[in-house]
Amino acid sequence: MTENTPNSFRTQPDDRGHFGEFGGRYVAETLMPLILDLEREYRAAQADPAFQAEFDDLLEHYVGRPSPLYFAERLTEALGGAQVWFKRDELNHTGAHKINNCIGQILLAKRMGKTRIIAETGAGQHGVATATVCARFGLPCVIYMGAEDVARQSPNVFRMKLLGAEVVPVTSGGATLKDAMNEGLRDWVANVHDTFYIIGTAAGPHPYPELVRNFQSVIGTEARAQMLARTGRLPDLLVACIGGGSNALGLFHPFLDDPDVKMLGVEAAGHGLDGDEHAASLLGGVPGVLHGNKTYLLQDEDGQITEGHSISAGLDYPGIGPEHAWLKETGRVEYTAVTDEEALEGFKLLCRTEGIIPALEPSHAIHAVAERAKQMSDDQIILMNLCGRGDKDIFTVAEKLGVEM
Amino acid sequence: MNRLQAAFSKPHPAFVAFATAGDGDTAANLDALVAGGADVIELGMPFTDPMADGPAIQSANLRSLGKGTTTADVLQMATDFRKRHPETPLVLMGYANPMIRRGAEWFALAASNADVDGVICVDIPPEEDGELGPALREKGIAPIRLATPTTDAARLPAVIEGSEGFLYYVSVAGITGKQQAAIDSIEANVSRIKQSTDLPVAVGFGVRTPEQAAEIAKVADGVVVGSAFVDLVGEFGDAAPAKLQALTSAMTSAMRAARS
Repeated sequence: MTENTPNSFRTQPDDRGHFGEFGGRYVAETLMPLILDLEREYRAAQADPAFQAEFDDLLEHYVGRPSPLYFAERLTEALGGAQVWFKRDELNHTGAHKINNCIGQILLAKRMGKTRIIAETGAGQHGVATATVCARFGLPCVIYMGAEDVARQSPNVFRMKLLGAEVVPVTSGGATLKDAMNEGLRDWVANVHDTFYIIGTAAGPHPYPELVRNFQSVIGTEARAQMLARTGRLPDLLVACIGGGSNALGLFHPFLDDPDVKMLGVEAAGHGLDGDEHAASLLGGVPGVLHGNKTYLLQDEDGQITEGHSISAGLDYPGIGPEHAWLKETGRVEYTAVTDEEALEGFKLLCRTEGIIPALEPSHAIHAVAERAKQMSDDQIILMNLCGRGDKDIFTVAEKLGVEM
Repeated sequence: MNRLQAAFSKPHPAFVAFATAGDGDTAANLDALVAGGADVIELGMPFTDPMADGPAIQSANLRSLGKGTTTADVLQMATDFRKRHPETPLVLMGYANPMIRRGAEWFALAASNADVDGVICVDIPPEEDGELGPALREKGIAPIRLATPTTDAARLPAVIEGSEGFLYYVSVAGITGKQQAAIDSIEANVSRIKQSTDLPVAVGFGVRTPEQAAEIAKVADGVVVGSAFVDLVGEFGDAAPAKLQALTSAMTSAMRAARS
């Protein structure tokens, strides 16, 4: 911890959207009035019990919350150290944590009278979740997806189309998630009068990092209560993977002021942090400004953004939510990175010990859990957010393992 | 009177011409724009993620970066331009990250050493302008802000506060190089803005033809053209300068005729 440890880690951001020196509203003037308007509407929604009641109702009956808290007995035995518990957000409707945020944002869109929804997606999980809520609320939906990712994630592209969304392949730049986000912002600027942009992670201009975190905090709020009810205590270590960082913040945020609970965020090290083929913005990047916020970015010495690489399309974003940048600087959360190969090991380990096929994103976290659990004692508890299921990734994994399907 | 003030004090409305640094033969392109009658040069600093730009300028950015253009190269182009054109103001336009990568003060000093007259940073609104704007002003460089159709009366004073040189009115809520706004809407907005500031107001986004430039020249202090030039560089490459000069001449002639 630094000397300037705040009294609470749960009061960020400030009223201008800053997490320490990070976050903020770095957008073109055309968008400023919009995001100020969004913030006003969000504050009104927060103060409206009917809004929270509708959100809770949909999470319970449509998404299937609360998600279970599960003691992974055989994995724990195999690792021979700390007890490993999972928050099972892969059991949500649509198979990942992304839906929590999409429910919240589409209720905001509805409240604001917007009639058209846009979103960006990398792996396709956020695109599927957005297409899902748009179908549920009968709103037209355009999903921007990097052309590279359209090729890598064809099952999710098909899902989005089944759900009625228009999927627009983005060919500009490197044709991945960051380019899809650029295209989403361009659409939004040109269609401000009727369009709501559902951003998929806890990044972008204020108030997005805050509102996404708050919608995702249902994960940690449930897990904290479930853990207390089941074990009578809090976990020793929380672990979650990080692309933009929304599932990790969702788990971590409700525990931030529990000083005995340590936290570990796991970035994607791709082919290794010593080269430039990774997606570890915090461990391998430096602060800068992109997509509306100041945060750690993968960039060259001239400030040009470099392409992230990860086996997982959901992690290869060259930035990170600004709250993580702040949590790193304050020392409250520890960050590490796991390579493609190690993530594959984590993937296989969970399949065989627990009968759960995880997404490649949390497979990174599983590897980190395996490493840490071995160094801890059997009366200690690790809680990991199992934020997505692996159905979408089996083709990628088969290819890596040299299996023809 | 500094170069920007002089450019906006001429008997005709100022023609502000944009080129992306490092796209084609930049020195020849800029010379052609000046020869055609451009009053202000806007030199675009290439960026990997130009969120506010349409396909034309996106492609120009990628062409430039693909050739390996660095920040040092862009500053050198500005320095060289100043030697050739001591009187024509040059404004750097770009995105925050390349400008603040080595610190706002570093950038302001480097721009000052290149004798740059102004800087337009697309994605630093007044709310986040605690470092770059002050650093530029400290070096005598005008921080030029953008006002848009969505900039309402409540926000306009914040946009104007700290702006220098001229105010860039973005005529459409959208990205560069796409549709143009109706002249009625431009006239109403420019007149609204001019009630709040003595700064000259230049209008841009979507201006592609001499006819459009002439229409706007009737109601604004300046006209900004970018994508139409960038398209010519994309199409004609090293042969672009003659085309750029011809289009600039056609636009400036039409603008002067419209005002006379």
